[in-house]
Amino acid sequence: MDALLSNLPQVLDGFWSTIRLTVMSAICSLILGTVLATMRVAPTPVLRGAGTFYVNALRNTPLTLVLLFCSLGISNVLQLNFSDEPSMNGYWFAILGLSAYTSAFVCEAIRSGINTVPLGQAEAARAVGLTFLQSLRLIILPQAFRRVVGPLGSVLVALTKNTTVVIVAGYTEAAFVMNEMIYEGSGTVGIFLGFALGFVILTLPTGFFFTWLAKRLAVGQ
Amino acid sequence: MQPRRIGALVAVAALTASLAACGGGETTYASVVDKAKGAKKLVIGVKFDQPALGLKKQDGTVEGFDVDVAKYVAKELGVPENAITWKETISKNREPFIQQGQVDLVFATYSILPERKEKVTFGGPYIVAHQDIMVRGDDAAITKVEDLKDKRICQASGSNSYKRITDPPPNGKDIKSQLVPAGTYAECVERLKGKTLDAVTTDDLILAGFAGQGGGTFKILGTPFTDEKYGVGMKKDDKATCNAVNAAITKMYQDGTAQSLAKKWFGSAQGLQLPTAAPAFEGC
Repeated sequence: MDALLSNLPQVLDGFWSTIRLTVMSAICSLILGTVLATMRVAPTPVLRGAGTFYVNALRNTPLTLVLLFCSLGISNVLQLNFSDEPSMNGYWFAILGLSAYTSAFVCEAIRSGINTVPLGQAEAARAVGLTFLQSLRLIILPQAFRRVVGPLGSVLVALTKNTTVVIVAGYTEAAFVMNEMIYEGSGTVGIFLGFALGFVILTLPTGFFFTWLAKRLAVGQ
Repeated sequence: MQPRRIGALVAVAALTASLAACGGGETTYASVVDKAKGAKKLVIGVKFDQPALGLKKQDGTVEGFDVDVAKYVAKELGVPENAITWKETISKNREPFIQQGQVDLVFATYSILPERKEKVTFGGPYIVAHQDIMVRGDDAAITKVEDLKDKRICQASGSNSYKRITDPPPNGKDIKSQLVPAGTYAECVERLKGKTLDAVTTDDLILAGFAGQGGGTFKILGTPFTDEKYGVGMKKDDKATCNAVNAAITKMYQDGTAQSLAKKWFGSAQGLQLPTAAPAFEGC
């Protein structure tokens, strides 16, 4: 525990990086996930096929591999970079990898929500002359989102914990600080427990908040 | 519910039994030297991912300088090569593995440091590495440590070599380099090749392994600025083993084996000074 206290600035810095990464990736994956879900229920077969392919490919690929592809594949081999500043570059590649991966899960959560909206709603929307996108935006998605708040919360908690492997994309966060402290030989169990506690502090309120939100937004059928 | 509960109980009982089996059964020895003499076998921890030092090959065998030194020392302790069990030790788990007795000896680029001495005993050092810098073979802009200012250097996870550059004295040289985080040194080397970073800095022997793999793609500057004494890790206060290991290392340098092994593994890298005599021992 002494090691944690004497290195407190680095530890807090690490967790701040984790939070920055989680929030930005959550936003990006929510947007991308919604687009993917739209594609998967679209009337156009090509869009449906592309969406299905993307989700199945990303959902069944290990996250480390996705991130490694971002850093070694896109950044290193293809030489496509976000920024000349290494820390900024790593940050955006970590977000790219995490949101590419997480959006597949977000998409599936939203799609399951869409499936719970009674078919009559979509038929009624068509009957009053709304287009596909209009009915999705005005009728289907608002109802679907209310029903998947809980599952989306689980995805966000998983995302928070998934940030611990982004070192391969070139970004340092809490887990990197922990590895370094363990390497420098200042004890193992205390440091480990301290960082585990840090993640619990991040994820537990998230879980509670989403449970509360899901209850609040629930609509009686 | 009932059958399931019984199943769980059986599982718990089986687990307890297997744990108990782990505890007993084998004769325990007072020291590693006694185990080598009595059981004629040893478990040795090496790295599995460090070219030219400890590397596991496709066919499952391990090779490298650390591995060859371990084989020599084991032979001196009375254990033939085929009675050695190789176990992977990464930087983070070397101390716990030794303390729990999962490995008898560790030859894994294990620098002798005061804080580590509090937990384990070191034989040797059997070779002294120096922190150095590796750049692309065609890069003429970096020739000394000071040139790393504003350059992108690698910050590998589970290593603090970068601090020798960026930290203020006495820890480092207070040079403001840009840090590029990466998971392992192998990733650092990939990025060096792809020009998403400019220099990799860590122990020259580790760099030599990568330089050797890459042919002429990389060069080592040959500007050593630290001493990393690679020791043989063993349980704390195992003095008998420590003395036996030191005797073996002395012999290895006297009969020329050490020099030829160093030449075999690191000879192809430029800018590296190979040892001619045994390093001064730390004492057991």
